[in-house]
Amino acid sequence: MNAPLTPTTLAELADAVRSVPRVLAIGAHTKPRLCAVAPEVTLISTLGLSGITEYQPDEFTFTALAGTSLREIASTLEARGQYLPFDPYLIEAGATLGGTLAAGLSGPGRFRFGGVRDFILGVRFVDGAGRLVRLGGKVVKNAAGFDIPKFFVGSLGRFGVFGELTFKVFPRPAATLTLRLPVTDANAATQILTAAAGARWEIDALDFLPTADAIALRLAGPAAALPLLATEILTRFPGEILSAASADALWADLRELRWTFADGPLLKLALTPSQLPALAATVRNHAGKLHVTAGGNAALVSLPAPIVSLGLPALTLRGPGPLWLDAPTSPAIVAAVKTALDPYNRFPSLAA
Amino acid sequence: MSSPVAPATDPVRFLRRLGEILPPARVLAGPAQLAAYESDGLTAFRTAPLAVAVPETQAEVIALVRLCQAEKIPFVARGSGTSLSGGSTPVAGGLVITLNRLNRILRVDPAQRVAVVEPGVINTAVTLAVASYGLHYAPDPSSQSICTIGGNVAFNSGGAHCLKYGMTSNHVLGLKAVLATGEVVEFGGASREQLGPDWCGLFVGNEGLFGIALEITLQLLPRAEVFHTVLAGYRTLEQAGDAVSAIIASGLLPGAIEIMDALALEAASAAVHAEYPPGCEAVLIVELEGPREVVASQRPQLDALIAASGPVEARPARDATERAAIWKGRKSAFSAVGRLSPDFIVQDGVVPRRRLGEALRRIAEMSRADGIRCANVFHAGDGNLHPLILYNGTEPGALERAEMLAGKILHMCVEMGGSITGEHGVGLEKRDYLAEMFNADELDCLHRLHHAFDPLGLANPGKMFPDGTAPALAQHGLHPLEKAGLISRE
Repeated sequence: MNAPLTPTTLAELADAVRSVPRVLAIGAHTKPRLCAVAPEVTLISTLGLSGITEYQPDEFTFTALAGTSLREIASTLEARGQYLPFDPYLIEAGATLGGTLAAGLSGPGRFRFGGVRDFILGVRFVDGAGRLVRLGGKVVKNAAGFDIPKFFVGSLGRFGVFGELTFKVFPRPAATLTLRLPVTDANAATQILTAAAGARWEIDALDFLPTADAIALRLAGPAAALPLLATEILTRFPGEILSAASADALWADLRELRWTFADGPLLKLALTPSQLPALAATVRNHAGKLHVTAGGNAALVSLPAPIVSLGLPALTLRGPGPLWLDAPTSPAIVAAVKTALDPYNRFPSLAA
Repeated sequence: MSSPVAPATDPVRFLRRLGEILPPARVLAGPAQLAAYESDGLTAFRTAPLAVAVPETQAEVIALVRLCQAEKIPFVARGSGTSLSGGSTPVAGGLVITLNRLNRILRVDPAQRVAVVEPGVINTAVTLAVASYGLHYAPDPSSQSICTIGGNVAFNSGGAHCLKYGMTSNHVLGLKAVLATGEVVEFGGASREQLGPDWCGLFVGNEGLFGIALEITLQLLPRAEVFHTVLAGYRTLEQAGDAVSAIIASGLLPGAIEIMDALALEAASAAVHAEYPPGCEAVLIVELEGPREVVASQRPQLDALIAASGPVEARPARDATERAAIWKGRKSAFSAVGRLSPDFIVQDGVVPRRRLGEALRRIAEMSRADGIRCANVFHAGDGNLHPLILYNGTEPGALERAEMLAGKILHMCVEMGGSITGEHGVGLEKRDYLAEMFNADELDCLHRLHHAFDPLGLANPGKMFPDGTAPALAQHGLHPLEKAGLISRE
């Protein structure tokens, strides 16, 4: 494999794409399976494209180069009382904004206001023809042109190389409070996830923990209101309120994926709560671990060794094994859109 | 799929084959029948289609699209025809496919909080169908009591609550669609998460250029337990704008922040007998929502911010009836303006929120300079303006002058770093302005994507792109065939 190209400006990024027949962008390599491609593909590192280029707190938007670390973004937003509500993963690990968009990875906080797709507003990217283009907008609301920025969520960098991204942000809730609700098994977990998600409490995060013995339920809002809500929730589902320190540690461990096997595959799945019990059984049969988030709509599975199927489509983020398990079939339009955005087939296919 | 040796368009053969798909009662081709479909919410543009098809099933819609593909006849999908950007204006010589009879709510899953609906389902019907579970469908365009989910999907409709909840695309989890090529695809599903590129996200807002949605999986949210809705009147628009800035800076995240100006207030009060504080140049509507404990805790903060912003009067809604009255006044504003003027254009530009005051001042100056009245209703929290440009279509040149003012406003929005459309879409109305937002390479990228979905350019041609292939007529008054005495309106 060639040494990665290291552009430091958007013009250099476009030059880099044009300079080689086959390319793929990489960020901080925190989801390495997504960029483990054939050796003839030249990698372009976006780490030289770093920095917030525009931030208007009163617009609820910021624009940053694709290689900007989530750490820098989170701390810049926090200083102005704002945050990325989709609660990205791997902040301490150094993950980049561009990699987060490409992987389509949203953390537990996505339960309340939605995932990456609900906060991406605009993207400046280099298409397969090597042209630097910007689609979407820089304001919180825009309906002009096809929504290519949203299409890029989860696109694995296979349709364009991101240069600069604009996101919507929200004011950071004044306080948070986390409850730990013990459960005996995945069926009991499913019942709580479903009941709590439809309740009046405006829950911020609702997760079935990798320890498989409890639900973590996070509230976020005005400090005075949260204990009142927590009291009511605990009368319905027995459990306890975690201390601030325990809660911070719990969410940080989930965010940084500290619960996973070091060398085995880590996979992402989309599901509905009703599919959770079967998935949990499959994972247990393979001696794996499971973190279910977004009220039972997304899961991360860590396994000691590669397997063939989890019974649902799954994407390998890191570790050995194929990129996809049970990949969904591709309608003809997928190939047509790939050709439209990547006429010279510079980027690897979604399948590999 | 189209045959590679398909002969040139033959309307007679097309109509005959159309008759093989639908019974005669569901093919409208007479002049009087077609008249109702000549235009949509953008009434200044009119075109008579070749025919209107009224399918009742998904299979019929698929067959119609495949027939259009085989016969190279352009088609336009249509719901309730409320598009304000001319999105469902017919194409001359083309087929209109009305989707109102595909109005079944196929599935409601209260546990997963999703509803699967057909495209002809009315927006408010979704919330009505799920209200007993304590759920609602969040996107709330002003036309929500008549507009369809299919139209909302095609144009990524917004509404008053976008600040907190986003637009239609943020609530569409899954789609089954027939693409312009006749291919039937399914994107996404019942999960709120997805793997791979966001095809649903790409499809929503395609303005009918990719194909027709047949089944839409919508995310439902628990209905907010309580609301705190405040209507505040201000002497000046600038004061109302300053109040918005103060609210945004406070860290509160209201469900909606709306402003109406004096002319819009005059119209709304006449239409729905709403009483607004007298002598006000602007009215601000702010709504907090959530669990009662949360709203109780945030309410004093909002009330204090509003009190400090110097309103003539601030009226919190005391109950659900008063809240409904506030929203009725706001949502009726567009149609209410019809009382002030025989014709009007509804604009939809977006500016950065901090430049709202400047934008409104410049709109007022342009309006004065051109001698054209302009009412303003806008989503202040999003910077999404809705100037209503009033004109009398029977005066020669009035529409053209109104359109020129509209163009100047769009130009200003782009120059300020905003957008030509926040929630109505580009459609026919703003296609000539798309190039102000995107350069040649960017437009080419959009064109290539369009071509991938619709190589023959048959699906809603002439919308979104400035070089539209379809001659949607920018005219007022009689249709050319009417002038020629070939058709008449009965």
